[in-house]
Amino acid sequence: MTELKARGLSVDLGGRHALSGVDLTLRPGRLSVIVGPNGAGKTTLLRALAGLLRPDAGQVTLGGQPVARITSAERARSIAYLPQGGSIAWPLPVSDVVALGRLPHGEKPDSLSAPGQAAVNAAIHAVGLEGFGNRAATELSGGERARVLLARALATQAPVLLADEPVAALDPRHQLIVLDVLRGQARADRTVAVIMHDLTLAARFADEIILLNRGRIAATGRPETVLTEGELAAHFGIQAHVSHDAGGLVVVADRPLPEPGQNAG
Amino acid sequence: MRPFRLPLILGLILLIGGLSVASLVIGPAPIAPLRALTALVSDQGSTTVVVRDIRLPRTLLALMIGWIFGLTGAGLQGLLRNPLADTAVFGAPQAAAFGAVLVIYSGFVGALSWMLPFAAILGALASVALVVAVAGRRATVVVLVLSGLAVGSLAGAGTSLAISLSPNPFAVTEIVFWILGSFEDRSIVHVWLATPFILAASGLVLSSSNGLRALALGEETARSLGANVVRLRLLLVAGAAVGTGASVAVAGSIGFVGLVAPHLIRPFVGYDPARTLVPSGLAGAALLLAADCAVRLIPSQTEVKIGVLTAILGVPFFLWVIARRKAELAEMPA
Repeated sequence: MTELKARGLSVDLGGRHALSGVDLTLRPGRLSVIVGPNGAGKTTLLRALAGLLRPDAGQVTLGGQPVARITSAERARSIAYLPQGGSIAWPLPVSDVVALGRLPHGEKPDSLSAPGQAAVNAAIHAVGLEGFGNRAATELSGGERARVLLARALATQAPVLLADEPVAALDPRHQLIVLDVLRGQARADRTVAVIMHDLTLAARFADEIILLNRGRIAATGRPETVLTEGELAAHFGIQAHVSHDAGGLVVVADRPLPEPGQNAG
Repeated sequence: MRPFRLPLILGLILLIGGLSVASLVIGPAPIAPLRALTALVSDQGSTTVVVRDIRLPRTLLALMIGWIFGLTGAGLQGLLRNPLADTAVFGAPQAAAFGAVLVIYSGFVGALSWMLPFAAILGALASVALVVAVAGRRATVVVLVLSGLAVGSLAGAGTSLAISLSPNPFAVTEIVFWILGSFEDRSIVHVWLATPFILAASGLVLSSSNGLRALALGEETARSLGANVVRLRLLLVAGAAVGTGASVAVAGSIGFVGLVAPHLIRPFVGYDPARTLVPSGLAGAALLLAADCAVRLIPSQTEVKIGVLTAILGVPFFLWVIARRKAELAEMPA
C-alpha cells in the first residue's frame, strides 16, 4: 500500500520556519484536505510531500522508502502533483496537455502506447472534457482549464495525487465537479491530499482534515472534530458559526477576532 | 496539426537543397546549376575554384548558422515560455562580437584562430549569465528585454571602444564590416572552425526536448513530471551561447533568424516546443540561405551585408509579433 508519511519534517524558507517537526500519514483510499490560514505552510508541506522541496530536517517516505532517495522519474510516476494556479504556456491541444502526464512513463504526446492513450482518454473522461481533445487549452474558460490540468495529473495514474488549491478560482459547479473527481480517485484506493480554503466544501468532501498553523499540525481528524468553533478561533482568528445540515458541516465565518495582544475595542 | 510535421520537414529539406544549389550558382560570375554541381565533384578548372573555394564555404556557413539560430531560437522560446525569446534578447550576439573583437585586436591571434570562437562563446555566455543574474529567474518579459538591451548595449559600447582605440584604420573597417555580418570571402577554414561548436550546440539543444515539453506547464509541474529544470536551463543556455558564439566568430552579427524561424513553422507543426526544434532549425537554414542568395542578387556597388538584411526583415516581424500578442505578453512571466 502506498502510504505517504512525513516524520519530523522541518523546512526553513528565507530564515523563517515554514514547517516545524511535522508528522503526518496520508493513507490510500482517503481524501485528506489540508486547511490553515495564509502563511501556515500548506504549500510548503505539499511540495515537501511531493519531493519537490528538500526538507531541512526529517523525511518523507513513500511506501516506507525515503522520497529523497528515489529517482526523479520513479517519484514522478508515483506522486502526481498539481501546483496552485497552474499555467499553460502555449496553445497546445487539450489532448497533448493531458498526455504530458505520461512523460514520467517515458511516453511523449505524439507516441503514446496503447495503455498510455487509454490513461489519457480515461483522464479526459473523468473530468468530463470529452470532445475537447483538439481545442487549444489556452482558449478554454478558467474552469475548463483547471479540469484539463487535473486530467494531466490523473493521466499519470500515480498512486498518490497531491493538489494545491485545485478549486480556488472555480465557480461552485466546477468546484463540485473537481472535488467529485478527487474523491473518486480516493475511492479508487489512491492517496489523495488537497489544499483548500473553503471550509464547508472541505468538510463535505474530506475523509480527514489536516489543520496546519505556523508550520505545525494543529489538529487532524474527521471534519467535525477539527472544524470546531474553538479551533477556528484559535487557528484562523475568526469567530465562526458551525452548524450541521443534511450534507454535513456548514462553516460560516462571522467576524475576524482581534490579533493576540491587540485591543478588542 | 501533427500530420504536417513530416511533410514540412521533407519540404524544408528539399527547399534547403534547392537553395544550396542556388547559392553555388548565384554570384558575380553566374554558373549553370549542372556545371556548378559538376565542378563541385570534379576538377573543372577555374569554375571548380569558384564553386569549391568561394561559394561552397558560404553555402555551408549559411546552412549551419541558419540551422543553429533556428534551433536555439525555438529552444529559448520553449525555455522562457515566450514567443519573443531569442539569443538577441540576452544581448548574446553583441557580447559574442565584443569577445571576438577583444581577442583579434589585442593582437594575440588572427581572425582564423581557434581562440576566436572560444572568445565569442565566452562573451555570449557572460551576457546570458549577466541578463539572468540581473533579471532573476522569474523575470517578466519586460524585465528580461530591458536587461538584454542593457547588456547588449554594454557589449556594443565595448566594441565601439575597441574600434575608437584602434590605431589602424584598416582594422577599423574590418571590424565594422565583420560586425555587420556576412558570408562574403569566407573559406573552408571558417567552416571547420565553426562546425564542432555548432554540432555540440545542436546536441545540447536537441537533448532538452522532453524537458521543454514538460516546461510548457511551468517549472513546478515540469519538476513534478521528473524533469531536471536546472539541467535543462544549463543545456539550453550553454547550447545557445556556444552556437551564437561560434556563428558570430565566423560570420559576424546576424540577428532575428532565431526569432522568426519558430513562428514560421508553428502553423504547420503546432506549439509543442519539442516538435518545433528540428523544423525551426531547418527553416532557419532555409531563411539564411535565401537571404545570402538575396544579398548577392540585390543590385548595389558592394554586396549588402546579410546581417543588415536579416535585421531589416526581422525587426518589422518582431514588432508584428509584439503587436499581435501584446495583451498576453503584458505580464507574462518569462
